[in-house]
Parts: sequence; structure tokens; C-alpha cells
Amino acid sequence: MSTTGTTYAIQAEGLTKRFGAFIAVNAISFQVGQGEIFGFLGANGAGKTTAMRMLCGLSRPSAGQARVAGFDVRTQTEDIKRNIGYMSQKFSLYEDLTVTENIDFFAGIYGLPKERIRRQRDELIGKLGLGKEADKLVGGLPLGWKQKLAFSVAVFHGPRIVFLDEPTGGVDPVTRRQFWDLIYEATGQGITVFVTTHYLDEAEYCDRVSIMVDGRIAALDTPAALKKQFGTDSMDAVFYQLARGAKRGDA
Amino acid sequence: MNSFAIEAKGLSKWYGKEKTLAVDRISLEVGPGELFGLIGPDGAGKTSIFRMLTTLLLPDAGSAQVGGMDVVKDYQRIRNSVGYMPGRFSLYQDLSVEENLSFFATVFNTSIAENYQLIEDIYVQIEPFKKRLAGQLSGGMKQKLALCCALIHKPEVLFLDEPTTGVDPVSRKEFWEMLARLKARGITILVATPYMDEAALCERIALIQEGRILQVDTPAAIRAAYPDRLYAVKAGTMSATIRAMNTLEGVIRCYGSGEFAHAAVSASGAIDEAAIKAHLIAQGLRDPVVRPVLPTIEDVFIKCTQDRMS
Repeated sequence: MSTTGTTYAIQAEGLTKRFGAFIAVNAISFQVGQGEIFGFLGANGAGKTTAMRMLCGLSRPSAGQARVAGFDVRTQTEDIKRNIGYMSQKFSLYEDLTVTENIDFFAGIYGLPKERIRRQRDELIGKLGLGKEADKLVGGLPLGWKQKLAFSVAVFHGPRIVFLDEPTGGVDPVTRRQFWDLIYEATGQGITVFVTTHYLDEAEYCDRVSIMVDGRIAALDTPAALKKQFGTDSMDAVFYQLARGAKRGDA
Repeated sequence: MNSFAIEAKGLSKWYGKEKTLAVDRISLEVGPGELFGLIGPDGAGKTSIFRMLTTLLLPDAGSAQVGGMDVVKDYQRIRNSVGYMPGRFSLYQDLSVEENLSFFATVFNTSIAENYQLIEDIYVQIEPFKKRLAGQLSGGMKQKLALCCALIHKPEVLFLDEPTTGVDPVSRKEFWEMLARLKARGITILVATPYMDEAALCERIALIQEGRILQVDTPAAIRAAYPDRLYAVKAGTMSATIRAMNTLEGVIRCYGSGEFAHAAVSASGAIDEAAIKAHLIAQGLRDPVVRPVLPTIEDVFIKCTQDRMS
């Protein structure tokens, strides 16, 4: 098996995180191909956030290894941060900066040249239809617009992978679909998308889906194959069958 | 006196210098013992409505009564007779589970023992952690503790503002089972949620967006009133399916809905399954699957949103 780390956007092998006697993530292994939309599902407390933090270079694994964008999550965390985008479930822009200021700020952090920032920013504002809001504080925008903007900011520096942690929670059904249009557009440019969600219809929009139960990956395949494997026609039913058996409840 | 547990007439709230309307002349009635859902996305005005009904925010126009009492004049009496679980976790993080519960009981001049039967089947699930600080609980446990605290004085009306936001599908289902048991005890419940699939679990719902009520009725009646014919369609990828459907004249809207795209066509028009299949094949898509489906609340919501935009 190739271990060059360049064939896959993400490659995890026995990745484990312990907190004392508690094994939050228990030896998970999987690969995500470049340009893939990978759905990372699981009940609250199953270990998704911990796993994601290790992949982003924010938490050191207790055992096992992983490469993200070809970089080692133990030793090359700064390279990882430069090559990924991240958007959290809680709104990740500055509410008291304007739309323009937020874009400039985050693009600046990634060290993009000023001329590129200005050109790309104007394009983005036009594409999102935020022309009239460009100089308004982000705090006053509706949630759906904020989330679309936060996603666009997370991929502004052209990362190889973007991690999305429940990006569409609470967003209205129409905007939720527009958000997924943005995701498709990003994958069209070769960006890999690693996404968690509690909306199981969104699991259908992923190329492959993994479902974590009690710190382990209990199932991983395309939505069609998972439904076949569990003898059902909905991802809801697949999720219920797996998560209901969880011992480690969120209580 | 009226016979409603909650009654709002033209209730309105605006904020800021620009008088942005957060709640725009809302009128609704909730019967005693009813489980009523406010269904709408973040920013629809649900929390402002909750805060006015629980007397924490003064309406700028209109009026409302809870348990026959006015939300402005009788605010103190209302506070004694309702339970409120805000969307944001609002218990004392540095008190233990047990201390929080006992605090809320004391504030309402009661004791845990007096109303224990009401919270028992929820509290037993967190009792093993009763010495733990509330701030150190997992999301699901916090949610259960907050519900216990909102119930400990045996309220007549229970207000739950987005109790399941960010909660996984299995835990959400368990939470709704708890609500059904509380309803069986005669408690009136007003619950807000952005999850359209939870609408089906309410007796009646109000669909709400941008401060306005779009529709109020039973979930079944709202689905039945959907004016268009709806088809589930799949032919190749989702984007190819939607693109192809949007070139078929008479298709009102088409969007992804899980594995299938949903396409709405005029109920009086000539487009049927065979016509859709023929069109998809003519567009070069293979083995199209087309079948009529009943609209979900989400389909209704999408229709309402698009009607408002156009």
C-alpha cells in the first residue's frame, strides 16, 4: 500500500485519542480521496469532534497516525493548518467586522497577496449577492448568508481540504440547498470536503459516508451501498440501526 | 376569560434604530394540553416570540395572554405558572446537577420531592451524575437537566426554544418521546425547532419565516393543502437530474431531497410520470426513476419561501 500521502487527501491508520481511561477515538482507519465529499456522521459523543481536531492538527493523537494533505498530524501541524480550511458549527467570522473586513482579515492570515485578495474578494461578494452588504457588519446578516460567507472564507485561500463541522444547523431549507451548491462548486475545483451533519438527507449528497459509534467507525461506504448493506431505503434507517446500538450514550 | 392556554393577537417586536421587524403581527391560539410547534429557521423570530410570551420582553404592538393572563400586566403570575427552556444553556455551570434542580425548586417555592413524579423518567437518566457540575455535562445531559429544571414547579405551559438544535437524530427522537409523555400529563407545550421533520410530531404547527406566520394547521392538513403535484426523480447524478428537470416546461421547482430530487408540477397540468421519464431520456439520462410522492413539511416550507421571494 502506498504511503506517500499524496494519493489521498486524508489517510488515517489506527488513529486513537484517549483522555485518561476514556477512549474517545478508538483506532479508526480510513482514506479520503482528493476531491471527494466525505460525510462524517455519528451520534453526539461518538468521537467526531475529537477525530476532526486530530486531523486538523489541533489535538495530538494518543496512538496511530494520519496524514492530511500529505502532512503528518503529529509533526507537521503548521503545514496542515496552511493547507486546510475549517468552518465550525458555531459561526466562525467576526460579527463586529464588516463582510469585506472579514474576508481581508482571514485572507491576510493565510498570507495571500493584497492584489489577489482584492480581486478574489470582489468576485466573491458579487457571486454571493452581498454587494449591498459588503460594508455592513456581519453580525446583522441572516444566518444562512453568514454560513455561506463563512464557507467561502474557509476556502478563500484555496486549501486542498475543507473541514465543515455541522455547517447547516438551523439554516432554512432553501439556503441549506444553496450551501450544498457551494460545496459542489468547491469540489469541482478539486477541493476535498470533510463534513459532519445531523441532517440525514445531506448524507445522500456525500460521495461516501462514515458513521462513528462509540469511538469506532461502524460503517463506511457510499450512501447507496450502506442502504443496501442495512437492507433499507433511507439513510435515516441506517443511522438509527447503528446509533441505537451505541453503549456510550451521550446520556 | 378565554379557553386558550396561549393566545397572541397581532404580536409584534422590532429592534434597533431601523426598527427591524423581528416579529410581524403574529396571531395564534394554542389550546390547553396541546403540543404546538413553531417551525422555522434561525432568525425567523421564534426566540422573540418565546421571550414575549414568557414576559421577558415587552411587545411593541399587539397583545398576548398565557393561561388567561396578560403578558404585560400579569407578568409575575405568568412567571409562576410557566416553564421556559431557552435555546442557549442557561443553568448554573458551577453548580452540580442536584444543586441546579434544587435551586429552581426553591425559587418557585416548591421542593424536588413534591413534583418528582413529573420529572422522574427524565431525571433517572442523569441521576448517576448528580454530583457533577452542570458545566461539565455532555450536550444531551445538559438538555435533560434543563428540561427537569423547567418542569420542577409543575408548570401549566411549557416553552421549549429549540431544545433539539445540534442534537443527533437518535437523541432527538428520544427527546420527542419525553415530550409526548409530558403532553399525556396535560401540560401545554409550545416548542420551537428548525428541524422540519419534527413538525410531524406536533399536533398543530405554525410555519414561520422572517417574523411572519406562513401557515397554521395540523401537519397533515398543511401537507394535504400543498397545491402542486410532487414527484421524486432520479436519473444519474443529483445535479444532472435537477438541470434536466429545469428544462422541462411546467416544472415549477426542482431541488434535492436526500437520494431523490423533488420536482413540483402544476396539479392541473399535463405532466405525469411518463412525461417526466420521456423528457429525462430525451435529455440523455439513463434509467430514470420517477414516482409521485406526498410532500413533506420541508417541501411545503420550500414552496412558501419561493412564493415569498417571487
